[in-house]
Amino acid sequence: MSPDKLIYQANQIATFFKSKPHAEGVTGVADHINKFWEPRIRRQFFAMIEGGNEGFDPLVVEAAANVRRPSPEEKPAA
Amino acid sequence: MGLITEIDYGTPESKTGKQVTLTVDGKTVTVPEGTSIMRAAMEGGVEIPKLCATDMLDSFGSCRVCLVEIEGRNGTPASCTTQVGEGMVVHTVSERLDTIRRGVMELYVSDHPTGWGENAGTGASEFDRMAEKIGLSENRFGVEGRNHVVAEDAAAGGGVAPGEGALTIDYMVKDESNPYFTYDPSQCIVCSRCVRACADVQGTFALTIEGRGFESRMVASMNEDFVDSECVSCGACVQACPTDALREKAVLEKGMPERSVVTTCAYCGVGCNFKAEVKGDEVIRMMPYKDGKSNHGHSCVKGRFAYGYATHSDRILSPMLREKITDPWREVTWEEALAHTAKEFRRIQHQYGRGSIGGITSSRCTDEETYLVQKLVRQGFGNNNVDTCARVCHSPTGYGLNTTLGTSAGTQDFDSVEETDVMLLIGANPTDAHPVFASRMKKRLREGARIIVIDPRRTDLVRSPHIEAAYHLPIKPGTNVAILTGLAHVIVTEKLYDEAYIRSYCEWDAFEDWAEFVSDPRYSPEETAKVCGVDAETIRQAARLYAAGGNGAIFYGLGVTEHSQGSTAVMGLANLAMATGNIGRNGVGVNPLRGQNNVQGSCDMGSFPHEFPGYRHVATDSVRKIYEDLWGVALDKEPGLRIPNMLDAAVDGTFRGIYIQGEDILQSDPDTTHVAAGLAAMECVVVHDLFLNETARYAHVFLPGSTFLEKDGTFINAERRINLVHKVIEPKARYADWEATQELARALGLDWNYTHPSEIMDEIAATTPTFSGVTFDLLEREGSVQWPCNEKAPLGTPVMHINGIVRGKGNFVRTEYVATDEKVGPRFPLLLTTGRILSQYNVGAQTRRTGNVAWHAEDMLEIHPHDAEDRGIRNGDWVRLSSRSNETTLRALVTDRVAPGVVYTTFHHPETQANVVTTDYTDWATSCPEFKVTAVQIAPSNGPSEWQREYDELTAMSRRIARVEAAE
Ligand code: SF4
Ligand code: SF4
Ligand code: FES
Repeated sequence: MSPDKLIYQANQIATFFKSKPHAEGVTGVADHINKFWEPRIRRQFFAMIEGGNEGFDPLVVEAAANVRRPSPEEKPAA
Repeated sequence: MGLITEIDYGTPESKTGKQVTLTVDGKTVTVPEGTSIMRAAMEGGVEIPKLCATDMLDSFGSCRVCLVEIEGRNGTPASCTTQVGEGMVVHTVSERLDTIRRGVMELYVSDHPTGWGENAGTGASEFDRMAEKIGLSENRFGVEGRNHVVAEDAAAGGGVAPGEGALTIDYMVKDESNPYFTYDPSQCIVCSRCVRACADVQGTFALTIEGRGFESRMVASMNEDFVDSECVSCGACVQACPTDALREKAVLEKGMPERSVVTTCAYCGVGCNFKAEVKGDEVIRMMPYKDGKSNHGHSCVKGRFAYGYATHSDRILSPMLREKITDPWREVTWEEALAHTAKEFRRIQHQYGRGSIGGITSSRCTDEETYLVQKLVRQGFGNNNVDTCARVCHSPTGYGLNTTLGTSAGTQDFDSVEETDVMLLIGANPTDAHPVFASRMKKRLREGARIIVIDPRRTDLVRSPHIEAAYHLPIKPGTNVAILTGLAHVIVTEKLYDEAYIRSYCEWDAFEDWAEFVSDPRYSPEETAKVCGVDAETIRQAARLYAAGGNGAIFYGLGVTEHSQGSTAVMGLANLAMATGNIGRNGVGVNPLRGQNNVQGSCDMGSFPHEFPGYRHVATDSVRKIYEDLWGVALDKEPGLRIPNMLDAAVDGTFRGIYIQGEDILQSDPDTTHVAAGLAAMECVVVHDLFLNETARYAHVFLPGSTFLEKDGTFINAERRINLVHKVIEPKARYADWEATQELARALGLDWNYTHPSEIMDEIAATTPTFSGVTFDLLEREGSVQWPCNEKAPLGTPVMHINGIVRGKGNFVRTEYVATDEKVGPRFPLLLTTGRILSQYNVGAQTRRTGNVAWHAEDMLEIHPHDAEDRGIRNGDWVRLSSRSNETTLRALVTDRVAPGVVYTTFHHPETQANVVTTDYTDWATSCPEFKVTAVQIAPSNGPSEWQREYDELTAMSRRIARVEAAE
């Protein structure tokens, strides 16, 4: 998906969890991403976070540590 | 099976507990106190003649053919209006009674020429039967009444119209204006059953009795043609009419049906039960089924009449293939289509990876069909890329209710509304979208319940005949969360909450945290009023009424869920219900009004990419194990792609093939251009549907679908009720949808051998705790049950959270209002919100192919007179509607139903393409699209836009079918 859309959606999740106590908010964001984001999207997410995390809400950046790393990209049988 | 005739007991059931015993014609009968003699007699097997009474309506006592004799009492009281008494001795036949009844009937016949005689009408009406039962053998009064034509003339196809020298000065011609039934005033016996049905059952008040003597008969509205009147064509009057004055056109044209099959309506989430009445293999009419637990014998225009799409000539009955989407379609055999699809899917997975294909389930199909599609994806494709269009509709409900109450289940059954004192209706327009339930709500309101309506539009439940909302809060579209938090503020700061309930059933800490949050002055009515554009005092009053007005029940619809804060708003509703103790008994609760017939079922059946049936996450090892053991394959523990993600991935090149059953994602999903781009990027798009829908423009394989009349299975309605769907006629395109999916699975090498949907349900029951008690046998026996249905609740669960909330303790969640990013500005100063209307259904693929177009030939844009005047737009003008995404044109309807600054339209017609202008903003939690708020501008226009014209041409191109022999 377009990077902008990904950042937008991640930040939207963060917005909801911001009204929670901080620790709960961090786990909330990570849990949500783990539960609903397909590996391809999480892969892109990590690439973007690692590539300078520009545009992401600080809560998202903090939560990234708790997001499950997807297994490496499946190589289609040649 | 023959024609099912339901017993008409003449008067409604009495619900009192105390029993009374009496004798009727020597038979001893015991019935509840308050029962009429007529009903008691029928329960004892004695039928008393009747004309003005029927058990859907309260007795009226006008026809006097139901007279009886009671020992020890003078005279001959009417049995429909006289209640039973202990020890009463009733006689229903005697010389005296016969004479009176014959006299009355003879008078009726003299004023009802065409209803008496072999060839008249259907000859099968209740009136004809009564005349026979009473033994009428002569008519001494003649049939030359001033309001009818002579019988012989009528039989000859004509009569003498007024002004032609005849004495029939009060004659009224037949009204054939309604597409589905006729009204022949000369046959009306003025029993007023239709008038009462329209008022008491439907709640529309469109019919009245006009005139006196020979002049008197029923008229619609101010003596208008039915189609132009206030009549909503629900059919209740036709069903109630004892003569052929009101009669289905299909019956008059094709004759009486011969057999009937009880089944469930395939239109909306009310889930009405019908008797499909058939002659040969043609459905003659659909009659609402009195034993139907969600509709109790009522219906709306869609279920009752709009089934003609099933035989429409647009239906595609042969599988078709094409290489490229620019090629014409080529008809092929099922075998070829399935083999081709299987080969393509395997090739794509080989080339691009296991996750490169997926499937979409349909909320129009049965539970069993949905279950099979998700099974095909998980077992056969080896991934979790399955989703459903219910995402565009109700996923926030699941998320919101689950977080607060521990289950995504709506809390009540429909009957619960009978004990409701205050209704809080938000973002739903039940009179159009859930008509049969709306009639129940209206009935309860006429009995004195009160209603608070939160909706940008002045809907019928705000004001219509005999309905006046206590409070209407016409909030700005997109401010639901703000208003709900504002209501909570009043409830908490004025201490209107139910502390005892919260302490026993909810997490006290969570409550305190939430209470502190909502008490903040920035959620005060004054502040809320600014955000929502409504009056602060009304917010206060409404909150007080909901909290302290007795049993409070919340009803909500797409206006809540289709927002960027949809899930948050659902939590806001649950917070309110828990705080006021309005959970866990009759008359209260949080009730989602689901859109399509099987939205509930398709969600229950594991249509989401992260969940197995029964809402269990795919990452849960114990759950995966159940299916792995049964299906004999390893299952993916990662969530799959949602529909919008599939389209994104398609554009990125990692998603290339899709099997879409019974949904039209191009038309129902937001941001049409994005959907089109995604579909166009795929290599194998399989559309399995009744018609070449909009999505099929991008399809390579078309598999013909079957209608609900052609299959067995179950639908689950908005009250979690599992209703049976019975096959009425054989599938017109060889396979019912579940069979087609099974054939596709087999072509992919899976060993599936279901011979009947009941076996699929057995598998569902064996693997899903909330369904473990469900079998087709149970459903046949009980008519329907509401899940959870298991050891703990063998006959299902009408009301949830009794004696404790499912989650353990209810969870209060902070609901911070965040303004949507879709904002009005100088270029787009108006807010567009969308909805639906009664006679059309969803994207309209079915209803547009029925007589229902008589009421809604096109989508119109509702504009407030002030906004219209500013722009020089008059009623009926073409207007251009533009947003940041795109533009379209449609015609204006100037009305003050919408507030200034808000415009409203429906999206039933593909030509309008209202979705091209909506945004691709989605709910934060569930990606449910924000259909309900788009910033727009409008301007006068000369007609359809360039884009629409191009679209029309493309459509025509993409629908070409080359008629070559299938098996080359
Ligand atoms: S139209 Fe039928 S139901 Fe209505 S008053 Fe006449 S006879 Fe009765
Ligand atoms: S559309 Fe809904 S309300 Fe109308 S008959 Fe069908 S299920 Fe009932
Ligand atoms: S049926 Fe009792 S008066 Fe008509």
